[in-house]
Amino acid sequence: MKIGVPKEIFAGERRVATTPEVAGQLQKLGFSVLVESGAGAESSFSDEAYRNAGCDIAASADDVWSQADIILKVRGPEGQEAARLRKGQTLISFLWPAQNPELLKKLSESGATVLAMDSVPRISRAQKADALSSMANIAGYRAVVEAAQHFGRFFTGQITAAGKVPPAKVLVIGAGVAGLAAIGAAKSMGAIVRAFDTRPEVKEQVESMDAEFLMLDFKDEDGSGEGGYAKVMSEEFIKAEMALFADQAKDVDIIITTALIPGKPAPRLITADMVRSMKDGSVIVDLAAEQGGNCELTEPGKVAAQNGVTIIGYTDLPSRLAAQSSQLYATNLRHLLTDLTPEKDGNIVVNMEDELIRGATVCKEGETTWPPPAPKLSAAPAKAKPAPAPVKKEKKKPSVLGSVVGMAVAGLALLGLGAVAPPSFMAHFTVFVLACFVGYMVIWNVTAALHTPLMSVTNAISSIIVIGALLQVSSDVPMIKWIAVGTVLITAVNIFGGFAVTRRMLEMFRK
Amino acid sequence: MFDVNEGIIQVSYIIATILFILALGGLSNQETARRGNWYGIVGMGIALVATLVGDVTQNFPYLFAALAVGGTVGIIAARRVQMTQMPELVAILHSLVGLAAVAVGFANFMDPDRLVHYIGVELTIHDVETYLGILIGAVTFSGSVIAFGKLSGRISGNPMILPARHWLNLMILLGAIWFAYEFVVQSAAGGGLNPLLIMTVLALLFGIHMVMAIGGADMPVVVSMLNSYSGWAASATGFMLGNDLLIVTGALVGSSGAILSYIMCRAMNRKFLAVIAGGFGTAGGGSAAKGDEEQGEVVPIDAHETAELLANAREVMIIPGYGMAVAQAQHTVFEITKTLREKGVNVRFGIHPVAGRMPGHMNVLLAEAKVPYDIVFEMDEINEDFPDVDVSIVIGANDIVNPSALTDPDSPIAGMPVLECWKGGTSIVMKRSMATGYAGVQNPLFFLENTRMLFGDAKEMLDEVLKSL
Repeated sequence: MKIGVPKEIFAGERRVATTPEVAGQLQKLGFSVLVESGAGAESSFSDEAYRNAGCDIAASADDVWSQADIILKVRGPEGQEAARLRKGQTLISFLWPAQNPELLKKLSESGATVLAMDSVPRISRAQKADALSSMANIAGYRAVVEAAQHFGRFFTGQITAAGKVPPAKVLVIGAGVAGLAAIGAAKSMGAIVRAFDTRPEVKEQVESMDAEFLMLDFKDEDGSGEGGYAKVMSEEFIKAEMALFADQAKDVDIIITTALIPGKPAPRLITADMVRSMKDGSVIVDLAAEQGGNCELTEPGKVAAQNGVTIIGYTDLPSRLAAQSSQLYATNLRHLLTDLTPEKDGNIVVNMEDELIRGATVCKEGETTWPPPAPKLSAAPAKAKPAPAPVKKEKKKPSVLGSVVGMAVAGLALLGLGAVAPPSFMAHFTVFVLACFVGYMVIWNVTAALHTPLMSVTNAISSIIVIGALLQVSSDVPMIKWIAVGTVLITAVNIFGGFAVTRRMLEMFRK
Repeated sequence: MFDVNEGIIQVSYIIATILFILALGGLSNQETARRGNWYGIVGMGIALVATLVGDVTQNFPYLFAALAVGGTVGIIAARRVQMTQMPELVAILHSLVGLAAVAVGFANFMDPDRLVHYIGVELTIHDVETYLGILIGAVTFSGSVIAFGKLSGRISGNPMILPARHWLNLMILLGAIWFAYEFVVQSAAGGGLNPLLIMTVLALLFGIHMVMAIGGADMPVVVSMLNSYSGWAASATGFMLGNDLLIVTGALVGSSGAILSYIMCRAMNRKFLAVIAGGFGTAGGGSAAKGDEEQGEVVPIDAHETAELLANAREVMIIPGYGMAVAQAQHTVFEITKTLREKGVNVRFGIHPVAGRMPGHMNVLLAEAKVPYDIVFEMDEINEDFPDVDVSIVIGANDIVNPSALTDPDSPIAGMPVLECWKGGTSIVMKRSMATGYAGVQNPLFFLENTRMLFGDAKEMLDEVLKSL
């Protein structure tokens, strides 16, 4: 089948749905790839690069839409694009069916099959195709870069000859994928990073990135909703939360908000009063701008200055890092297509039994299949099921009684032996027991790395049994003599072989 | 040859004993190990010369011929052996000690002077010593031969489980005790060869049966156990001959092997008796079936991506297993290590005590490939560092990195300490296929989100990784 990649027509959209590298991998799945001329230009992928990767270049979008069986896009189809979609064709792109019911209806009526990248279920297996996460990751990183651009000072603290520079303090609200990416980026630039989230289970993740997790002093209300997203919190909780933000706003230099609740307008977390209380030169980056913004003063798509505070409300942060976004998005698409082509023969099979594919498919051959049934598994482990307790090492301490009894028995046995055995035997026996103890003490000091040389050297040493043969070799009985000679021969193999191989091994150990 | 004072021989023996103890003590670290080996050689030389000079009176040509032939064979074998074949070599050398103990025991029994020297209780004790020496020697011999066969792949590594095998072993034990009694009684009357021969056959059968029932992954325990037996055999022979040097040396070797066996068992969280009783995983049918349910999706990776991951990492941990030995990949591993270290990546090795088929097997292989030993760490030293590791590469290992040992109390390997590589950034597992390890347990590590599978022959894949670097 032929995959078509048209140029994105949404204003300001710089991403492209496939890169030359991924296009090559798609061809390995048996597809041919047709790219509209100039589709990758904004992401720094030239037509030449696509051609070198084995793609065909179409002169116009019409060619792509009419020739391709599968259309890969970033943004959902705009008016004319939706009209071009025909029966039997498959479209894969972002769609937001919940927000765009009319578009969904229109697409469904066209008779085509449509997979929405935003509807890929949040299950472990689907992570490779989870474009929302990869875009969120980029948005989080870019948010810090944007903040840095508008922030008039260093992120990192320095003590220079010209004086001391305090480190910037960054507050990240919402520690999802974007939030964590922002934490990582800000942290690596040297800022002091604090993070807040209503879901207590992310505390560990935040702390693993070396940021401080702000805890609300509140009865434990868990903000985790279905699919690992956040949910709406109770009123008291929000009150406590707002008090915390008001407090933090006076202290921090940069606030990055990423709080979103699926299917709801973004929660208002930063009020105009809080913005006013911030220091001059502070920056707010509102990643929720598209859903109305977490900050009261956010103007979606724009940079606003209020009371000396810069409020960045860009809604296209991934597109502002177009090459990176395109590459990750294209890889997400490729993973989805890999699952769609189980035979790797270039023919897609929309298997509605497959949870990943079922979740992503919003309409199939004219039939609307959105919303999908709830995913079986949450990305975060359900709270009811605590992590299995680690197996306790069953180290039963040997009971004192047991060891006393054991020693008593051993002692009695020795006494019994001593009673009947002749003194010559007891002398040897004493030596034997002492030697066992010496061996025990010495061997525990041997380092584990030298266990193999230890075995080969003990092997060589145990050939001391040759002494027995030497004592017998002078016998006048021919049978004994020959057995002894044979024994000397085999122990000689052992003595020389054992020491030689030990030496060879030890020579190899070097610093 | 000369009339040497008995006292001088005794002093030589004491010196040899001390040198042997120093030889073992020297192995406590790499710097002193080489000197330790020399102590051992000198000790052996002194013991041999003292005995030759003091006790041998005739038949020198045969003796020297035997020494020369045996020595040559030994040195050639030591030179030729591949480091991956070390377990086989050690096993076959053990068998020689066992065989020697049997031979010395029989020769001693045939000595007509025996009945003149020993009377009454002394004769009984002497006979029991002879009997024990031969018994342990025979078990060591046949057991080591089978272990050699299993390690070199001449015999299948799967445990051979005979029906009623525990009863069989018990019968052999009872038989051995019965024939011991018979032997002592008959020996006092001047006979006793028959019970001795029958016992020897029984002991040989026992040795074969014991090792046949043990699976490949338990080989480290078996090899160190046989090491221990060879020591006890030497010690028993020493009692028989009234020779303290043999007793002491045998006891040193015996306790050395016993401690090694204990360390290996502890590393697998298994009881020594359970290993010897054999049949790993046979009782765990239920949990093996459970393992299937836990299957999830594995994420494959190719050599090129692996190379990229490695090059971008700061901390890399390499976890070698038996698969590295099989594929002879240790040299490539070192090349990769060298390349990465030149780029400033901190590459270290984490060695599980039972990785490979012999205690310390991996260390020897890495040493052969010239990996400096100060970047090779034991499990206990390194396990806490995994959270800081960016990339772990697991080369041909399975059970020693199985998280279910810690999390699943029903797992056959529950409680076994493992290398916790999943706590790090990314784990790359190199395997030929999705087959389970020796324990027959599915490994949840493969299905973790931060695990990538690199399928294929370890050597070929690593060569490609190296090329991509």
